[in-house]
Amino acid sequence: MKTARILSSLAVAAALVALAAPAAAQEGTLKKIKDTGVVKIGNRDASIPFSYLDDKQRPIGYGVDICLKIVDAIKAELKMPKLKVEFVPVTSQTRIPILTGGNIDIECGSTTNSVERQKQVAFAPTYFMTGTKIIVKKSSKIKGYDDLKGKTVVFTAGTTNERAMKAYNDEKKLGINFIPSKDHAESFLAVETGRAAAFPMDDILLYSLRASAKKPADYEVVGEFLSDDPYGIMMRKDDPEFKKLVDKTVIGLYKSGQINKIYAKWFQSKIPPKNINLGFPMSAALKELVKNPNDKGVEACGKMKC
Amino acid sequence: MDFSVFFQPAFSGGGIYLDWVLSGIKWTLLVSILAWIIAFTVGSVVGVLRTTRLAALRAPATVYVEVFRNIPLLVQMFIWYFVLPEIVPESMGDWMKGQMPMPEFWNAVLCLGFYTASRVAEQVRSGIQSIPVGQTYAGLAMGLTGPQVYRHVLLPMGYRIVIPPLTSEFLTIFKNSSVALTIGVLELTAQARQISEYTFRTFEVFTVATVVYVLITLAVTVAMRALENRVRVPGYMGSGK
Repeated sequence: MKTARILSSLAVAAALVALAAPAAAQEGTLKKIKDTGVVKIGNRDASIPFSYLDDKQRPIGYGVDICLKIVDAIKAELKMPKLKVEFVPVTSQTRIPILTGGNIDIECGSTTNSVERQKQVAFAPTYFMTGTKIIVKKSSKIKGYDDLKGKTVVFTAGTTNERAMKAYNDEKKLGINFIPSKDHAESFLAVETGRAAAFPMDDILLYSLRASAKKPADYEVVGEFLSDDPYGIMMRKDDPEFKKLVDKTVIGLYKSGQINKIYAKWFQSKIPPKNINLGFPMSAALKELVKNPNDKGVEACGKMKC
Repeated sequence: MDFSVFFQPAFSGGGIYLDWVLSGIKWTLLVSILAWIIAFTVGSVVGVLRTTRLAALRAPATVYVEVFRNIPLLVQMFIWYFVLPEIVPESMGDWMKGQMPMPEFWNAVLCLGFYTASRVAEQVRSGIQSIPVGQTYAGLAMGLTGPQVYRHVLLPMGYRIVIPPLTSEFLTIFKNSSVALTIGVLELTAQARQISEYTFRTFEVFTVATVVYVLITLAVTVAMRALENRVRVPGYMGSGK
């Protein structure tokens, strides 16, 4: 009993230290999961088809499926078959503080593995390859970034696309009026309602947003890739034991070919809530990554200089 | 803690992160003060109407207060920004979304102003109604008309009585102005979030934002206290002098 009390007071002290210094290393994630009996997964609301909500508001997606495989691995590792899974909604802006703060253990969404973020968090091997483009209304006649001169552009706060677009704007002196928004659905709404002329985002997410729009034919994804965005599962830094388990699980999915099945389920079949088939075959870049997995990050500002 | 983060060059737009904080403070003050002007003007009119004996004037004022007071501010912000442009005639809606200068800013000002007006109206009404009805009768008996009773008897006393609760409303408007970030106004809280997003210095950034909010509200409190003392009626409201 006494040790338990000491341990719990230590935990409180650790929590206080963690509050004071959010970037400080915590005790191992596996131990935390074992102690609490819960794995907390950060999910997104509109990162289709990686992590989003179905018509019953349950988190689903390519990333969520892979995260659940990782949960299976954790269950086996800790010999705790009844481990509970809890989903915690996060946004582009909150995902890193919520993860480092300990409120989620792992995030399976559409998070770009950037060198800058690696200073805060760790990433599993890349599980999708995309890059920044913009979505515009067809009627706007915008064909590329330089057509955005003096226009309003909406961005989801806290994304790498925001940085790539702003860096481009600074470099080319386009005088874009930027408005921030909290998530991809809201950003797309700004384009839909005409508040903004364009929305820079990872192209795969733009195609998915377009597919789920009221009138998909009204929108167009245009532009050259402004950045490369490799997606990775995010976890806390400096936790080699947990990272090893996550990496092993992801690489295991690649080696066994199970990834192809999961990929086909979300990118090449009808997916909820609207039963749309994105028809997005695996890119050569991703095939290469499946063959030779890595967790390398990219520079934050895309193809521009920071 | 490392506050040197504010002197690091900002990610975009040249300058340092301190410039982002200053710009945030500027927008917080602009949104709040303009909204307060609306709130005080509209709130005074509505508050007075709520105390008149004419039901035709009282009813719309009551409806106003109940509508604006009972819908959450965040919802009102979205209604002004996202819904209103879709229900007005299309050309006007397009203007509101496209050509109107700084649409986020003006939407925030109007929304916060009209919302707070409903609260100010209730304060003004309670101030007027707290004056003994005998004073109204005395005014009427002296030959003043209804509006003159308001102008010379009820309003001068009523406003003095409600200075303390109005101070609270005035403070609240600065804090509520942070809701404007949900429609894209880069005020102080939004800038703080943005800087913490870019620098990962959440603790330092929000410490500074907190201190700034406290300083703003302290300044308002002191100013309102000075006003209260200046306009005090001797022998009334426990002033004792």
